[in-house]
This record gives sequence, structure tokens and C-alpha cells, in this order.
Amino acid sequence: MADFPENLKYTTEHEWLDGSTPAVIGVTDVAAEALGDVVYLELPEVGAAVEAGAVVGEIESTKSVSELYSPVSGTITEVNTEAVDNPEIVNQDPYGKGWLFKVEVTGTGELLTAAEYAAHTGN
Amino acid sequence: MTDKKTALYDEHVALGASMTPFGGWLMPLRYTSDLAEHRAVREAAGLFDLSHMGNINVTGPDAAAFLDHALVGYISKVRLMGARYSIICAEDGSVLDDLIVYHKAPGEYSVIANAANAELVLAKLQERTAGFDVVLKDVQAGQALIAVQGPRAVEIMLATAGLVEDAEISGGTAFADLKYYACMGMRFEGEPVLVGRTGYTGEDGFEIWVPAGQAVALWRALLAAGEPLGLVPAGLSARDSLRLEAGMPLYGHELDTTTTPFEAGMGRVVRLDKVSDDGTPVPFVGRDALAARKESAPARVLVGLRGEGRRPARADYDVVLRGTGTEPGTVVGRVTSGAPSPTLGYPIAMAYVTPEVSAEGTELAVDVRGRAEPFVVVPMPFYRRPQN
Repeated sequence: MADFPENLKYTTEHEWLDGSTPAVIGVTDVAAEALGDVVYLELPEVGAAVEAGAVVGEIESTKSVSELYSPVSGTITEVNTEAVDNPEIVNQDPYGKGWLFKVEVTGTGELLTAAEYAAHTGN
Repeated sequence: MTDKKTALYDEHVALGASMTPFGGWLMPLRYTSDLAEHRAVREAAGLFDLSHMGNINVTGPDAAAFLDHALVGYISKVRLMGARYSIICAEDGSVLDDLIVYHKAPGEYSVIANAANAELVLAKLQERTAGFDVVLKDVQAGQALIAVQGPRAVEIMLATAGLVEDAEISGGTAFADLKYYACMGMRFEGEPVLVGRTGYTGEDGFEIWVPAGQAVALWRALLAAGEPLGLVPAGLSARDSLRLEAGMPLYGHELDTTTTPFEAGMGRVVRLDKVSDDGTPVPFVGRDALAARKESAPARVLVGLRGEGRRPARADYDVVLRGTGTEPGTVVGRVTSGAPSPTLGYPIAMAYVTPEVSAEGTELAVDVRGRAEPFVVVPMPFYRRPQN
């Protein structure tokens, strides 16, 4: 069943971020489930400036390609190269080892609480 | 239009399947993981609900001659209890569907068509019955089709409770002697079922037509027998990646009404040499167009592509010449199916390309959303099962 940790914030595009600095960002298990097995990740470059709500990469599964959005504005400080090399960890552990990138946050877009995101996804 | 449900719909839901509309039916896309289901079929076995496939019964004294006329294959040469891959073409030689014909009793054949084309195939066959003493019957509604595919399929069939041989209805074959592309009658819980040693995965396996009322019981019996041997239920997603690795065409992708069997590499299926009992050539539907087509150079050829990078190509992406850097060059074709190959570990694709760039080893690229990803022309199938 879908699992939404209380300590995270969410977007309607199925990303999550935590409250640390820099913020860690990934996709939710709803997204991981809907995508199917992730086979390829295109992540932003370290040092790139990103805007909240803008496309920053791609997640490709066995059957489909989805765009990856940044929930916040700021600068990319790190990307998860282990997830790039072993994309299946996004399915296995979307809130842990399957994180995608980190951002030094300067501004945020619209974010949801765990309860709001659960309502949004019908869970 | 509401999508139809097979007799096994509730089983799929109970197993947690993601259901998806396919060819007018609501079918399981995957139960857990596409990759896990795919690998299970290559290493042990997978269980598929294929009840969406069209199923037309052809009976009568002229059944064989009728199928020789209506299809491009030489069906009258299919021995009793044999099966044959064939194609139904329009008068202009274009492909209306690809199908499998089972010679399941003297003067009696099953024609198994793709779900999305089932109505069209029935209508076209009906049109073509003029002058033949033959009766067509759509028997799909009363039947379910369950497939067990994978290297452990034989063991699973033998271990399935209630599935037994009966020499009275077998058609003369023992299960132990059932050959690839042949079929036999068996019984499941007393009811006759038709078992074909056929499939669409590149593995050994069986397809079982069972009365719809017995479908759930057979599905459960197969699962119970197979689970200790590694059998898992498998969805359409795994079925698609399995058939792609095996180099098998999918209607709507490699085959459609803009294609003749020749472009698709299926020229061997077209039997211009068919003769009727009196020795005269059979003027089958599409013959003249296909004979002409065979003599002319093709405008495009179906090839296999292997990705040199990690990014898969997808259906409808352009095949291009390699340019400078990641800039796509001139368009020379179009991808019809593409995926990362779970068995091989690199991207594979089928594509129609111009003949000049169709030779094995030709270095091409695919325009993957604006970026040229390197691919090279390779022979198909991409995957061939180990022979023992």
C-alpha cells in the first residue's frame, strides 16, 4: 500500500522533499508504482540553477517516459549517481536509497503535507 | 465503449494486478514488476491470461481449402493436430492481422486472431466463404485462454491437479510427445480442453483453451502446481518485452494495413506455390498483389537495432543517420517497438529503415527526444532460448 512519511513535503507531480539543507528530493512510491520498473534516469547537472515546477530531468521505465520536476528553486548540490547506475533502487526504496537530487533552496512552489498528498492521490 | 472483462478478471484484481485497456478488454498490465515477471518467464515460467484473443472455429468439408483461399499460408498442408503461424491480407496484399491456425480435428480448425482485430477477421473470413462448404463460429465468449510459458512449463503442466490425458480426445498424441507448434486434447476436471505447444515469448510453453466456467479453477490449479517451481502470473508488459526479445512482430507496430508480409520479413509465410487438389494454383486473397510485390524492391525493411548506450528507443521515434555529436542526422526510418531488454541488459528495438541502411552492422542512431542515441543494425531474434 502507498506510504507517505509524515516528515516529508509533497507535490502534485509526485515528488517529495525533506526539510534538510540542502533539501533531498525524490519521487513518491505512488510515482514509482505507476511508472513500473525504472530503467533510466536523466538528472540535472550539479551546479545547475533550477526553478520550482520546471522540468529538470526524465524518469524512464520499462514502458514509459516521465518528466521529472523540481519542487523548489535553487542550485543543485548533488545528484544520486548510485540511482543513475542502478535505477531499480527508485522502485525499491523511493524515500531512502532511491533519492534523486539535492537542492540549496531559495524558494518553493506549492507543497502538500502527507495528508494532503494522500488525499490528492486518493489514498 | 466499455472494456470487456475475461473470466479471470477477479483473479487478476485479487492478485493485485494493474489493469489496463487493451484491444477492447481490461487486461493485467503487471502484477508486481515487469522485470520480475519477464525474468520469471526466461528462468522458470509465467502464467498469462490471453482470453482476449479472438477465437474462430472453422468446420466443414471445405475448411482446409477455404483457409488456403482466405489466408496467405498453405493451411491444407498443416497436418492433423498441427499449428501454423499465418497472415490474413487484403486484396492489395496489406496485412489485416497475423494469426495462428490449429488443425484440432479432421475438418476442424481454430483461428486465433489479435483481440483488436477479432471482429474484422471474422467479418473478412465470412466474406470469403462464398463457394466453400464451411461454417464459421465465433467461440471466444465461451472460452478462456491461459498460457504457461517458460523452461519449467512441462513440469508445471504435469504437476497440475485435474489436468489429465485422455486418449479418446487427444488426437493421437501423448503429452510427452507433444511437439512445438502442435496441439492435443486433454481433460481438466473432466471437461475437454485444447492444449497447444505454442506461445509468444520465445520460450517453450503451452496455451490452453478451457471452457470459461472452468477458467478460474484451471488458473488456480496451474498457479498452485507452478509456484513451487517459480511460476508467477505475468502481465501484458512482460509479454511485450518477451516477444520483442524473441523478434516476434506485434500487430499495430510491425504489422498494419500499410505493410505487406514482405517488408516485415514474413515473406516465407506467403505461399504463392499453393495448389488445390486438381493441381491448379490457389488464387488466394491478395495473391496477385503479393506476387507483384515479391518481385519489386522494397521501400523499407524491418530490422533489429541494438542500443550502444543505455537509453531505449520507443515506438514512433525516428531512426536517423549518425550526425555530429548528439545532433540527429537525416531520417532513414522509424522505430516500431523498443524497450530496454531485461535479459540482454541493453536497449533493443525493431524499426523500418530504407534498404541502403538495413545491412547488419550498419551504425545508425535513434532520435530519442531530440538527442541522437547510437544504435547498430543486428540480426533478429535478439534472444534465442538455450536448446537442450
